[in-house]
Amino acid sequence: MVALSHRLADRGIDRHLFLLVPATLFVAALFIYPFCYGLGLSLQPAQGGAFGAYREFFTDAYQRDTIMTTLKIALPAALLNVVASVPIAYKMRGRFRGKRLLTTVLVVPITLGTVLTAEGLLNFLGPTGWFNRTLLAAGIVDTPLTLTHNYTGVFLSLVITGFPFAFLLVLSYLSGIDPSLERAGATLGAGWAQRFFRITLPLLAPGLATTFCLTFVLAFSVFPSAILVGDPSGSTRVISIAAYEAAYVRYDYAAGSAAALIMGLVELIVIAVVLGLRSLLYTGTTSGGKG
Amino acid sequence: MTDGFQELRLEGVSRSFGGSDALADLDLTIKRGEFIALLGPSGCGKSTALNCLAGLLPLTRGSIWRDETRLDTLPAERRGFGMVFQNYALFPHMTVRGNVAFGLRMRRLPRAEINRRTDEAIRLVRLDEHAAKLPGQLSGGQQQRVAIARAVVLEPSLVLMDEPLSNLDAMLRLEMRTEIRRLHQSLGLTTVYVTHDQEEALSMSDRLVVLRGGRVQQIGTPEQVHTQPANRHVAGFMGYRNILPMRLTEGSIVEGGGLTLRGTKVGEIAAGDAVEAAIRPEDIHLAAHPGEGIEVTTEVVEYQGRKVAAEVRTPGGVLLHLRTDRALKPGDKAELVFDPDRLLIFPEGD
Ligand SMILES: Nc1ncnc2c1ncn2[C@@H]1O[C@H](COP(=O)(O)OP(=O)(O)O)[C@@H](O)[C@H]1O
Ligand SMILES: [Mg+2]
Repeated sequence: MVALSHRLADRGIDRHLFLLVPATLFVAALFIYPFCYGLGLSLQPAQGGAFGAYREFFTDAYQRDTIMTTLKIALPAALLNVVASVPIAYKMRGRFRGKRLLTTVLVVPITLGTVLTAEGLLNFLGPTGWFNRTLLAAGIVDTPLTLTHNYTGVFLSLVITGFPFAFLLVLSYLSGIDPSLERAGATLGAGWAQRFFRITLPLLAPGLATTFCLTFVLAFSVFPSAILVGDPSGSTRVISIAAYEAAYVRYDYAAGSAAALIMGLVELIVIAVVLGLRSLLYTGTTSGGKG
Repeated sequence: MTDGFQELRLEGVSRSFGGSDALADLDLTIKRGEFIALLGPSGCGKSTALNCLAGLLPLTRGSIWRDETRLDTLPAERRGFGMVFQNYALFPHMTVRGNVAFGLRMRRLPRAEINRRTDEAIRLVRLDEHAAKLPGQLSGGQQQRVAIARAVVLEPSLVLMDEPLSNLDAMLRLEMRTEIRRLHQSLGLTTVYVTHDQEEALSMSDRLVVLRGGRVQQIGTPEQVHTQPANRHVAGFMGYRNILPMRLTEGSIVEGGGLTLRGTKVGEIAAGDAVEAAIRPEDIHLAAHPGEGIEVTTEVVEYQGRKVAAEVRTPGGVLLHLRTDRALKPGDKAELVFDPDRLLIFPEGD
């Protein structure tokens, strides 16, 4: 056995890697098979040849526009989540009393789930919600602000559920940056802004790109909140709604699968662009020397 | 030097963490051009002292003065001190040039001057060929030299170094020690150098400050500290490996563990007081003639080149360390004599 494992090791094969086989099979069964199945379905529409479902999606403006609608919600929401996380995580990167409590408060929305968040938003920001009632009572507005059942509602819902993810990721990327680097910057005469923009931010940027990709994917597949706090037939008719309608309202599985695959493709394009930009950045170690 | 000073004064500088003092009442006057070593065991407050000086750690009490300017209220970036960190803290995303030029850029100097001074500093630490590399591509010794170049390129009025050699191997450590000395002499930089290595402190500094538990034990030239340690802790740190609990009988005679020895008193001690007698291994000699000294049995022998270091035991059970050029073997009997001038008698405790 020793001899065999040595021979395998010489060829760069570690026998322990075989432990990954069950997980690999699991992923194949859960992801690759449905993907291929969906791809097959999307290529077998009732009429129009192999690419009929795709052609239909792109010729029908009602379907095609869902791509832009979704991007218009997901890109700014992901961007805001990342950008808002940075200063908060930056302030919280050191050790201080109450850090755990504050982190918990910031992260709790993860546990709420989209439906509970939507319900909260409706109660709080709806036409007769506390927020509008307070504004009316204070005489700041004459008619209630429309903050739900439109773009704003979905956007807020994505920020509430996406921010904790972004924040946790950014915080862990930040704690991976050697704190003595900024101290060195200070002794070299750099003020806080110079320390942040010239030392911390360049080291953090690759992590921000990764964080952006993850929150973007979360936001791009928005479905429950687009329906619950959005305007699912108008301004927040996102691509997942188009896919759902095709498959389960019109029972056109080919169109539904085609929409789902287009959705995945758009995500991949955005991620490829972001990761392409990321590869232009410095992505090496974030420690300042030998430990 | 950009902002030369005559002296830098630390007055009662103290720093505590959660109620316990990491550094207490440090009084020190550093003259221009001096090389000061802060020496002490790990956790004695050396880094705390250095960070307080650099402005990276606010003081709990006390003040720091550069001539008549009060410094301890200024943030680190306005003090103009250079600092070399224990882990070097090089900016990993900048080349060697970028690292060295960083401080000059922060001062918004003209580009030509930045280039000239950066080149000069890189040449000074002999890294010309590596100027375009990232720190991750350099060896530990080279990284250390970048850290030094980055600190001295600004011609700071004071350079602070926190155990800069502790991550290097023995050979490189000796080489860098000479290099730092050379830089200090050629640039005339006032330096505060932190180390836990007594040999490093003795060989490099003009004056050294021995710390223990956040308190100053002794300030003096290497020779003063080496030959006249102020208390038994400093003695222990300065290579007095034999520290024996004894009692003063009369004059300067101590007794204990079956031994009666003559020594030199340090501090106020009266007859009958409990004392500690300290002597270095190299100040215990083998008796020239039989019957002259104290009989001992050899237990452990370490070969150290021309000499051997031996652990021996007296009939009274006292363990002693000595160094001799006689080839002792475990089990050998020997007779010892103590050099009375080199046997220091300290009051017990403190
Ligand atoms: N940030 C800190 N928080 C709490 N205690 C600290 C902190 N920094 C240092 N200390 C304590 O202060 C003492 C001195 O530390 P330090 O100056 O780092 O020692 P040295 O550099 O001499 O090894 C130690 O007991 C250490 O535990
Ligand atoms: Mg230290």
